[in-house]
Amino acid sequence: MSDEKDLEKKKAAAAAKAKAEALRKKKEKEAEDKAVLENKAKESQEEKILSQQDPNKKESGEDTDLAKKKAAAAAKAKAAALAKQKRKQEEASDSEDQASADDELAKKKAAAAAKAKAAALAKQKRKQEEASDSEDQASADDELAKKKAAAAAKAKAAALARQKRKQAESDSDDSADEDKAKAAAKAKAAAAAKAKAAAAAKKKREESADDAKEPAGEDEKAKAVAAAKAKAAAAAKAKKKAGGKKKEQPKEEEKPSPNQPVLDKYVKVIKEHVGEDVFEDAYINRLSKHVPTLVAKRDTYYKIAQFLKFNDQLGFDYLSELHGTDFETHMEVYVHLFSFRNKQSVALKVKIDRDQPEIESVADLWKGANWPECEAYDLFGIKFLNHPDLKRILLGEDWVGHPMRKDYEPHDVEV
Amino acid sequence: MIRTEEMMLNVGPQHPSTHGVFRLVIKVDGETIKEATPVIGYLHRGTEKLAEDLQYTQIIPYTDRMDYLSAMTNNYVICHAVETMMGLELPDHAEYLRVLAMELGRVASHLVWFGTYLLDIGAVSPFLYAFREREVIINLLNELSGGRLTFNYMRVGGVKWDAPDGWIEKVRDFVPYMREQLEGYHDLVTGNEIFLNRVNGVGRYTKEEALQYSLSGANLRCTGIEWDLRKHEPYSIYDRFDFNVITAEEGDAWSRYQCRMGEIEESLKIIEQAVEQIPNDGQFMAKVPRIVKAPKGEAFVRIESPRGEIGCYIASEGKKEPYRLKFRRPSFYNLQILPKLLEGENMANLITILGGVDIVLGEVDG
Repeated sequence: MSDEKDLEKKKAAAAAKAKAEALRKKKEKEAEDKAVLENKAKESQEEKILSQQDPNKKESGEDTDLAKKKAAAAAKAKAAALAKQKRKQEEASDSEDQASADDELAKKKAAAAAKAKAAALAKQKRKQEEASDSEDQASADDELAKKKAAAAAKAKAAALARQKRKQAESDSDDSADEDKAKAAAKAKAAAAAKAKAAAAAKKKREESADDAKEPAGEDEKAKAVAAAKAKAAAAAKAKKKAGGKKKEQPKEEEKPSPNQPVLDKYVKVIKEHVGEDVFEDAYINRLSKHVPTLVAKRDTYYKIAQFLKFNDQLGFDYLSELHGTDFETHMEVYVHLFSFRNKQSVALKVKIDRDQPEIESVADLWKGANWPECEAYDLFGIKFLNHPDLKRILLGEDWVGHPMRKDYEPHDVEV
Repeated sequence: MIRTEEMMLNVGPQHPSTHGVFRLVIKVDGETIKEATPVIGYLHRGTEKLAEDLQYTQIIPYTDRMDYLSAMTNNYVICHAVETMMGLELPDHAEYLRVLAMELGRVASHLVWFGTYLLDIGAVSPFLYAFREREVIINLLNELSGGRLTFNYMRVGGVKWDAPDGWIEKVRDFVPYMREQLEGYHDLVTGNEIFLNRVNGVGRYTKEEALQYSLSGANLRCTGIEWDLRKHEPYSIYDRFDFNVITAEEGDAWSRYQCRMGEIEESLKIIEQAVEQIPNDGQFMAKVPRIVKAPKGEAFVRIESPRGEIGCYIASEGKKEPYRLKFRRPSFYNLQILPKLLEGENMANLITILGGVDIVLGEVDG
């Protein structure tokens, strides 16, 4: 009996959470319906694929935080649904296998909530219903969980929808197949996006759920509703997040950067005076406040730097920053210059060989580059040719190796 | 003629006038410095290396320990870098809290400089006054963040929590109090003839040299270059405030003193406006994913710290940790000019010049 009490408590808690989330989701959905729709479509496709295939093997390329969160939420919901199904069929006691593997607290919390819900649902289901087939979702990797979650969320939504239909008998639009695949398909179709489905389901559920939850005999409905809401909320969140990002970036990319003419000018002037074939690349770095970025060829780096400094039109008289980076395929030196004359910034980069990192020093152009170059030598082993006094500046003179290199192994194991 | 010979002398690494662990190897001939070689790295903690294994939010406490006299600007620069990459818009309330915290920090930082600098060159009592006022600010920031020096207050997308009840009023009351005290400082120090004789014309450099050596902050403005990133590359909400960029013309220690004291007043102006403008909606966090991930790519942002231009470079692979994190630490850059300034100077001016550059060794060494 204590199990039942626990279950009831858990169910109630889960339902409450789910409702709260659902409310939030609705608000958000209303605001971001369009974005959600797009995302839903994408997600539903992914979910279909995932649900048809082995969910563990599929990784979608878009790991966004939202996706993760959604996934976590979805995973929980899925887990619950799966657990229910399994239990129904197998009468298993192993419903708790998949709860243990979440790394992150948020995930854990969500997972815990999901488990509780799932357990409650499973009990109810077993008692009352029979389920179709069960899938194996025991592996609880986060990424998998995310993907799974998306798929699971759909599946759950479908399952929930079924349950609702059965119980409420109020929905006639869905043909009541009980295969998961069918359910997933339904879920997808019903909600070209989850959000839609979720929203619809929520509304229905809420209507029926509010009635159903209060009467003590209809815990199942309440649970199902709660689960559906939770899923929908997670899906909606994920969609919103993903949608928001997607929306913003294309917008930015549509209009040319305000610094594009500046970049064009730099490239033109430099090509006229230094040579046609001096750049590997020249672009606007939109992530970095639209700074014009010039990627010099190894041999022309110093010439370009010299030109940037002494040309009357450009006049980059101030070196703001110089540092190295180990990109494993190559080393890179990044120089951020500023022209007080034009109040303009430019980023100058050069890729150099990682095994023999050597590049001309610009310390004779900007004395401020002296110590930064020492720092890059100290931490990355980049040799700056013609540097006035290249030495280890931060680490001791007897230090072995260059610790910021990605392949660095500490010389003294004890340290 | 008295025969003299060159002597090697270590200043530091443990010496109070170096304000940290900083060693200066000098060659003196009699009282005259022939050559000075700074030796740094004693406080190098490998922040950038450590950061490659940390999530963005976890890096923030490390930034507190770079420029520990103005940790709020350090907090801000990394948050700002990640926010710039993510394209985040912050709620106004959060922006105002950040600006208040940063400007209070700027005043506190300049007060430390003022007190210790005068202590270095022989005036004891200004130190006591400056630290008394600084304590008021530290208490304010303590109420806000829970820390006196290492605040760890800002987050990607906002701040850790809202200001406690009545805090804004306390800040509002602080401004006239500080102005009054500032007048006292000027009476006590600024017109003092001994002080003027110690700083006037000492450690002078030109505009061109300042640019050549990548100086920033008051070290740059003291040569007459009007350049303040708050004004000229506005970030956060600094374009909403009316304040001046303080410059001086001489490029000597006296000019740097004038700039920094003027900046305290300008910061007070900003604080005064910010407490009037701050919206009362309690929105201190933008909508941010629980796990912050900067999008793939790279970004370099720079802002104005009390010591100059502090920058943050992030190369991201879209993960929750940065692939490469680099701080442009103004003290590190500003210190490069020291050997040039010291060459040929009298020994007695060494501390005047070093103190005038206003370095924090935690920042020099990263």
